[in-house]
Amino acid sequence: MTLLFSYLFDPAHWSGPGGIPARVGEHLFYSVLALALGAIVAVPLGAFIGHTHRGGFLVVGTANGMRALPELGLLTLLVLLIGINLLPVTIALAVLAVPPLLAGTYSGVRNVDAGAVDAARGMGMREWQILTKVELPNALPLVLGGFRAAALQVIATAAVAAYVSFGGLGRLLIDGLKTLDYSQMAAGAIMVAVLALVVEGLLALVQRAVVSPGLRGGGRRSPTAEITRTAVPARADNPEPAGVTS
Amino acid sequence: MVWGWIPRNTTLIVGALGTHVVLALIPVLVGLVIAVPLGWLASRVPALRAIFIPTASVLYTIPSLAVFIVLPAILGTQILDPLNVVVALTIYTVALLVRSVADALGAVPALIVAAATAMGYRPGRRFVSVELPLAVPVLIAGLRVAAVSNISLVSVGALIGVGGLGQLFTEGYQRDFPTEILTGIVLTVLLALVIDGILVVVGRFATPWARAGAST
Repeated sequence: MTLLFSYLFDPAHWSGPGGIPARVGEHLFYSVLALALGAIVAVPLGAFIGHTHRGGFLVVGTANGMRALPELGLLTLLVLLIGINLLPVTIALAVLAVPPLLAGTYSGVRNVDAGAVDAARGMGMREWQILTKVELPNALPLVLGGFRAAALQVIATAAVAAYVSFGGLGRLLIDGLKTLDYSQMAAGAIMVAVLALVVEGLLALVQRAVVSPGLRGGGRRSPTAEITRTAVPARADNPEPAGVTS
Repeated sequence: MVWGWIPRNTTLIVGALGTHVVLALIPVLVGLVIAVPLGWLASRVPALRAIFIPTASVLYTIPSLAVFIVLPAILGTQILDPLNVVVALTIYTVALLVRSVADALGAVPALIVAAATAMGYRPGRRFVSVELPLAVPVLIAGLRVAAVSNISLVSVGALIGVGGLGQLFTEGYQRDFPTEILTGIVLTVLLALVIDGILVVVGRFATPWARAGAST
């Protein structure tokens, strides 16, 4: 058990260009690049398909097919084809981010209350306005859910970048394996897990902060639902409720 | 593509494929056997559900590579022992399935359970022949996700020297030989599709009433 932590808790490994903080920085850098590329591809596509209600089978098919792609194979192949630079790393990791983001955005937009969309159309909103002002804000919980899943996947897997001679926390795993330094590998593994859990927690807080209060809390307890709920007994007190008799 | 490489190395390729199948699918079977009783407990005892479900989702969050490496310190195995991969993937499968099983069993209509009881089913037999079959669709959905993600996770194990199709990636990369990598990618995706298809078919055969209902 001490082997697990001896490298991690050695102060010498917490500074300099090969230190753990620098590796965490590199790890996050690759992850952010990949998530940005994944989001640029998946969110507009998912929103378009969800809005037009066309091509939903495509989303399910692509998402499942991409999930089966082996990350290490993709990365090594891209590096051999493109060369050793950030592009293959970003593309290979972005492939992981696309399925959850695509599925989240598509199902979020697709499942927005049809009444709300009709009301927006009836108020004279253009399709673009309906998408950006009604559908996407309503879809936000699912879009962010997809983003959290994507971030988790990418951070967990970004360690493979070290295999094709990049940095990041994978460096500790690969170097540790080469020199049979188990405690170094363990330090890398533990830090990847900690990083993934911390980012997951932070994103959960962000989600809480940015999602409209009307959409929060499992059920459909929006402020208007509160009003209609209190309105019901008030109407029941009325001996002649509007629209029932007469 | 150097097509000639493939027939010349069938032993290597088939061996890697076989190892991959074993490493990916044993955890699915073991995980299923463990998850059903745990899920049943979670669906019956709310206190246990409150423990199992959050634990499962935290376990599922831990990156596989980290688990592969930390497990030897806990199990006392060697770092290159394939057992680490099997145990790690079993943990993921259980984490994924416990929730599915608990939800599926919880969703069996109380009237059906009551009817089975009234017909004289004892709890054990009622579970096996009424409640569990009704949970099959959700169970199959969970198994499909577990199987496909296990298949792609096994290849990550190649980073720490575990066999399977991932070996074709590391070897192909070291030899600067894209054909070998591409072969590995195609086989991994095909394997995932085949296993997924098998699970779908198994699900259809296990729930004949669903087809009967759909055809009318």
